[in-house]
This record gives sequence, structure tokens and C-alpha cells, in this order.
Amino acid sequence: MKSFWKNSFIVFILIILAVTSFSETLKREETFFFGGGLWSAPSNWNPLTPWAAVPGTVGGIYETLFAYDPLTNEFIPWLAEEGYWKDDNHYYLKLRDNLKWTDGEVLNADDVIYTFEIAKMNTGITYSSIWNWMTNIKKLSDTELEFEFSDPRYHEWNYQLYQISIIPKHIWERYPIDDVVTLANENPIGSGMYLAYDKTDDRMIFKRNDDWWGKDTFGLPAPKYLVELKIFSNNVALGMLMKGELDVSNFFLPGIPSVKNIYGIKTWFKNAPYMLSDNTALLFLNTRKKPMDDPRFRKALAYSINVSPIIRRVFEFQVEKANPLGFLPIESWMKYYDEKIVEEYGFTYSPAMANKILDEAGYKDIDNDGFRETPDGKKIDLTIIVPFGWTDWMESIKNISADFEKIGIKAEPKFPDYGKYMEDMNSATFDMLINNFNSNVSSTPWTYFNWLFESNQVNNEKEYGGNWGRYVNQELFDLVNEFNRTRDEEKGKEIASKIEKIFLEEMPVIPLWYNGMWFQASEKYWTNYPGEENPVAWPSLWGGRWQVGGNIMLLNLKPAK
Amino acid sequence: MGKYLRKKILIYLITFFVAVSIDWAIPRFMPGDPVSLLLSRFAGLPEATEKLNTYFTKAFGLDQPLWKQYINFWISLFKGDLGVSVFLYPKSVVDIIKGSIIYDIVLLVPAIILSWLAGNKLGALAAINKKTDNSIIPFFFFLTSSPYFWMALLMAWFLGFMIPIFPLSGAYSYTMTPSFTLEFILDFLYHLALPFISLFLVMMGGWAIGMRNMIIYEMGSNYSKYMEALGASDKLIRRYAFRNAILPQVTGLALQLGTIILGSLTTQSVFSYPGLGFLLLQAIQNQDYFLIQGIFLVIVIMVLVGNFIVDVIYVFIDPRIRYSYVEEV
Repeated sequence: MKSFWKNSFIVFILIILAVTSFSETLKREETFFFGGGLWSAPSNWNPLTPWAAVPGTVGGIYETLFAYDPLTNEFIPWLAEEGYWKDDNHYYLKLRDNLKWTDGEVLNADDVIYTFEIAKMNTGITYSSIWNWMTNIKKLSDTELEFEFSDPRYHEWNYQLYQISIIPKHIWERYPIDDVVTLANENPIGSGMYLAYDKTDDRMIFKRNDDWWGKDTFGLPAPKYLVELKIFSNNVALGMLMKGELDVSNFFLPGIPSVKNIYGIKTWFKNAPYMLSDNTALLFLNTRKKPMDDPRFRKALAYSINVSPIIRRVFEFQVEKANPLGFLPIESWMKYYDEKIVEEYGFTYSPAMANKILDEAGYKDIDNDGFRETPDGKKIDLTIIVPFGWTDWMESIKNISADFEKIGIKAEPKFPDYGKYMEDMNSATFDMLINNFNSNVSSTPWTYFNWLFESNQVNNEKEYGGNWGRYVNQELFDLVNEFNRTRDEEKGKEIASKIEKIFLEEMPVIPLWYNGMWFQASEKYWTNYPGEENPVAWPSLWGGRWQVGGNIMLLNLKPAK
Repeated sequence: MGKYLRKKILIYLITFFVAVSIDWAIPRFMPGDPVSLLLSRFAGLPEATEKLNTYFTKAFGLDQPLWKQYINFWISLFKGDLGVSVFLYPKSVVDIIKGSIIYDIVLLVPAIILSWLAGNKLGALAAINKKTDNSIIPFFFFLTSSPYFWMALLMAWFLGFMIPIFPLSGAYSYTMTPSFTLEFILDFLYHLALPFISLFLVMMGGWAIGMRNMIIYEMGSNYSKYMEALGASDKLIRRYAFRNAILPQVTGLALQLGTIILGSLTTQSVFSYPGLGFLLLQAIQNQDYFLIQGIFLVIVIMVLVGNFIVDVIYVFIDPRIRYSYVEEV
């Protein structure tokens, strides 16, 4: 018996040994801990599959030609020194002349050309569709290029300038072309200010690139190491933030308004709404089903939703009510916001107005059960869905359902699991749902229009690109495409106004509130965070956001001691 | 002996085939599809999403008819290839499972062995003493009939929340990096405590009840009475009874293996403990067909192998089995 215990103890120690791999302990005051973007064990550093890559792969390890700042609506020259349209069909780009990869090789025009060419050869790359409207890229010198377009899409091009990661030709050309999107790219060679250093199941560790080409231009970021944590529970994240174990959280944390002052947690605004608005949550209505195919019915619903109690009770004032178009309050979008159109065709919370519209349209309660029937006498019995576990949205649709009941419309909240929600959304088998997937801040409202009124897949059995309600309106589709192809801003505004008029008259989708750019920071180890008084950067380290603020935030950090 | 094993192996093979087929089928009948779920995390242009969807549906072989997918599944299975995970793209399922299974071993092996030993001891104690019997047996009944996840929640509530002694989630603190230092090992054990305790308690209850019933049965059997009549000491009788009573407990171990694995699944889900159970939960939430298949496969193999080993051991420790097969010949 004694020997049994001894043996099992030895086995146990061996197992512990197997679990623990030797690694150095990072000095806390040199290390920056953050979370909110990593939701699965780090397993992919491939910039050609940005949706699967660890957040920070794009922007931190690999870089884009430009960075973008939504706060000032400026394109920040990053790998590029400058870029402009020479004429309607030619875009001139000049690279900085001191660029290099982290393996010491020079980064030049050849790499940029290769980055685009590879997407011509492999259509699994996200930006391969550019080749539908771009004809070729001319190399003018080692740092100068000219892009030639057959069908220039100015808004889309600007967006891609800060989306596409430039990759090193000398490394990627070694791989068979069919494999370039299936690579995990475990030891990424990029050009960025951070290097992939280490990983475990629940964290990704970056190490500062002290040899970064940009150190004379931008300086070096203060944190020697970045630790990106995978945290599944709000409580854990909040606890760590309070103790100063987490420096920046990009999670939505209930309770922040009540604890932030006690624990000295920083948010963007000192007071409500605390957060910047980052994307729009909208109620999508399935226009393939009755009565959601009736614009009057949709408009009535828009009038009947009271967002204020949702903002108060569910979000504790951490979000703001959306304007009738759901336009984010950033300059790049708001310059196309036509006050007159909104004045004339917009909506506000008014159950009376909603009732009036429904009465006039013939939605009457025939059988006196408290709910209206359709003009042809059919019962209305709808559901609103959001994924189970998304507690804030779950609470919200309970409220919305109650609002609908007040005007005699029956719509029950239902909470399918995420897979079922996605399935219903993609195949248009839902009645109503809340979604915000692609309404993020961007350099142009075209990204928003293009997602809301997606027109290429709208008649397919499955729709993956947006327009979940399958709203079909050729005039609107043409306007969105025209907007994308319009260089002149004044003309663009005219087109935008037309789009907005149709949007508000037809109400295929109802803007509700802006989800916040969740950002809470602890000043125990790092200071000089961006915020209301120090608006240097959009405070996000989510995937795809490092070049939209994250990097600048990192560059601005200062050690607390 | 040979005949006995042949028969057993055949049964195990059939079981394996059926279990694996079911394992292949179930995720495919869930609503939703893994590729669109994966791409929903990608905020990009609509044009790209459709292309990517087509591309990856093809890459994962999900565009083929079901019967073809099924055949391909068996073919790659025999090559030891479980495919690529969708949710942890492009990691291979085998690698992911390798990384997780170590946590299961650390959690399960001590829990099974220690609960079995402790349960047998306590059950035997209860059987020979009326007083202890009346006081602790109801408690053991309570333990053994608790579902694993419920016990886990209870522990989390009491020892993690009401009296916050132990951490509620993870395998080690977020501020730690795995290293072979005393500090880390202690932290690791500290995080292991709650999942371990909740598994240990439920299992121990079962073993104790089984042991108690067996001892009482053996003490009442003819040979015990005969020994008593011969004037043997209580202690000696008890020792014989214990030796006979331990046999069914070994059988129980085999039967329990399956439920223990499932128990650890739910327990790990409660504590976010990064073993196979928690991994399976995430795989299901992300509809990762290949990862779900892989994890189930490992579980099925573990249960079958465990049962088989017990079957073999049984031939050696239980003469009745040996004789029954020998007599038939």
C-alpha cells in the first residue's frame, strides 16, 4: 500500500511536469495585459484569414498601408507615405523608404504587388474580389506604384487601404498557392512593432520589436510584452480589472458605472455614456414574410419601440440611442447624414403614431383578443430572436416585445442557441432579430449601406453578407453601388440623401442603439490612456482594430511608475 | 479464455462501430453550419463572405453528399486523421485533443482512484457498525444521487462564492504563466481543488454504498456463518468478506468509467476547466463537426478500453468467470 502511494505521487509529479512547460516570468511593469478580442485558443497567425487569426496579427505583427482614425476621420500613413487618385482610374501610392521585415529583408513595392497578386491566384482570400474591378498594378520604382482600375470603387478602395495586410513575398512565394489560406503561420514574419512571442491555451504573448522600421517615425511602444487573454466570464474580467491584473478590457462589463469610481477604472467618458459608439444594433424584419413585407407595418413598429428603458435598465447608460438612420456619430458617416430627410421621413418614439399608422393601414383587432389582425383578417403571431446567453440583447427583446404588445402586435422573444440563430438569419426563416455584425466604425457609410442592403446574395437560398431581412429594392441597390463609385463628395451627398429617403420611407430595418466601444482601463501599471481629455486613438484592441486605433493607443502608453 | 476474449472483442467492435457512426451523425443533424458560424466572426465585405463560405465548405468537404462524407470519415479515421478543427482553424483535431487531455488525466485519475479507495473504506466501516451506518449512509445516498454538474454548481456556490476559498474557473491564475515553480504548482492544485472535490464526492458516495451492501451480504453468507461457528474472530471474518466484496466494486469501476467521463464533462463546463469536457462544450457551441467527432471518439475509445481492461482483469480475479468458460469447452 505504501508503495502505491509513492508511485501515484511520482506519477502525479510527472503529470504536473508535463503540464508545465518551462518559460520565463514576464516582469509585470514591462507587460501590458488586455482582453476582449480573443475568444478561442490562439491557433492562427495568418493575415490572409483575418477572421480566424489571433487579434493583433493584423496591425501588430503585419501592417496595412494606412491606419485609420475614426475620431478625426484621417488616414494615417503607415507603410505608405502617401496615396492619391491621379485621375478617375489611377491611384498612385508611395511607400516609405526605410521599411523592413522582421527578418531583416527590405519591404518594398514588390511585396505590395505580391500581396494583391496572391489574391488573384487564390480566391479564398478575403480581398480577392478587388480583381473584379482592378486591372493591374504598375511598379514605378521600388517605393512607388500605380493601381489601374476598370471600375473604380472609391469608397471600397479607401476601406481596403487599411484592411489589407502587406505580406513578405520572399516568404509566401515558397508556399503552394492552394495552401496559403490553410496555413496556421505559426512563426509569422511581419513588419510590425510587435512579434509573436509565445502562447498557451488562454493567452497570446507579443514581444516588442525593438528593430521596428517605425521607431524613428512613431517611437517605440512602452510595453515590452503584450499579453492578450482569453476570458469567458464577465465576472473574471471585472475582478481582474479591479485588482489591476488586467490593464485594458474591451469587454462589455455590466456594473461598470457603479464600480468605476470606487476602483479608479478609466472609461472614455467620465460620465454616461462612458463609451464611444462603435457599431449599431438594428432590428431586422424579414420582408419575405407577411406582414413584415408591408412598409407601413414596419414603420409602425419603428414608432412603437422605446429604447430609453433598455438603455437605462439593460445597459446602465453605457450605450446611446441611435438616430433614425443608425448612423454612427463619427465624422466620416455624419457628413452624409441629411438632417432635412431625417426631419421629414424619420421617426421618434410615439405609440400614438404607431397606432394611427396601423389603424389607417387596416390592421384591426377583429376577434377582440387584444392583438391586431392583418387587413385580410389573418392572425399576427411573430417571434423576435437573439442568441441564448447574450444577456443584454435577451433583456432588450423582452422590452421590445412588450412595446409591440402595447400597439397590439404579438411578437414573442425567443432565445435559440447561436448556431440556430445564425442558421435562421442566413436562410431568412426568422421573423425579427437583432444584429450588429457589420455596422462597425469605418471610413465610409458605404460599408454600412452595403451590409444593410446587400444585393448580390439577396435572392440566394442562403445570404451571408447582410440584408438579413432580404429586402429587395433595385433602385436602392443601384444607389448604393453608385455611391461607392462616386469620387466627388457633393455628388456623394446627393446620392446618400436618396438612399436615406428610401431607408426611412421603407424602414426595412430599424436602428435601435449603438453598441459601445467597450473600454475600461486600470492605471495601476500603465497611464496616458486615450479618453475624453486625451482623444488620441479609438481605444480598441479587437481583431481588425489595431490599425483603427489600437496601435496608436499602445504607442501612447506610459509606465505608471 | 480465448473464446471468452473473442466474444468480448467482437462485442466491443460492434459497439465501437455503432458509437462512432452515431458520433458522426449527431453534429450533422444540428441546425446551422460550422462554416457560416466561423465566418460570422469575420467582419468584412459581403462579397468576400460568400466566396469564403463556398471556399471553406469545399475545403472541409462539407459540399459532398452525406454518404460520401461518412465514407471519407471512416477512411481518414483509419489513417489516424481526425481532420481540421473549424473553430480553431487550422489546427488539427488531434493536436487540440492532445493539448487538453492532459488536464483530464490530472483531474480524473486521482479522482477515480482516491474516491474508489475512500469509498470502499468508508462503506466497509459503515457496514460493520450500525451507528455509523445510520448516520452516514443517508449522506452517501445524497452524494451518489447528485448529478455531477449540480454538485459542481453547489461547490462553486459554497466554496467559491459564499466562502470564497477556491477560485471559480480556469486551470491556473491568469497572472501566471506555466512554469515549473512551486508557486505555479500550488496555484495549479488550488485551481484543481473544486472540480476535483465535486467529482470525488459524487463518486465516493457510489462506491461507499456499493461496498456497504456487499459487505452486509457477504457477512450474512454461509461461509461467514460457518466461520463464526468455528469461532473465528470478527476481524478475520471481515477480512474474508472484504476480499469477496471488492469483486463487484471492480465491475462497478468499469461501469462507472462512462459516467465519470460524462460527469467530468459537465464539471469542467461549470469550472471552465480546460479539459476535453470544456473543449467539447465549446466545440458544440461552435458546431465544430470535426472537433466534436474527435472528442467523442476519444471518449468512446477510453470507455471501451477501460471496460475491456476490467473484463480481462476479471478473468484473473474472479474464478467463477474462468470456470464458466472452461466448463463450456
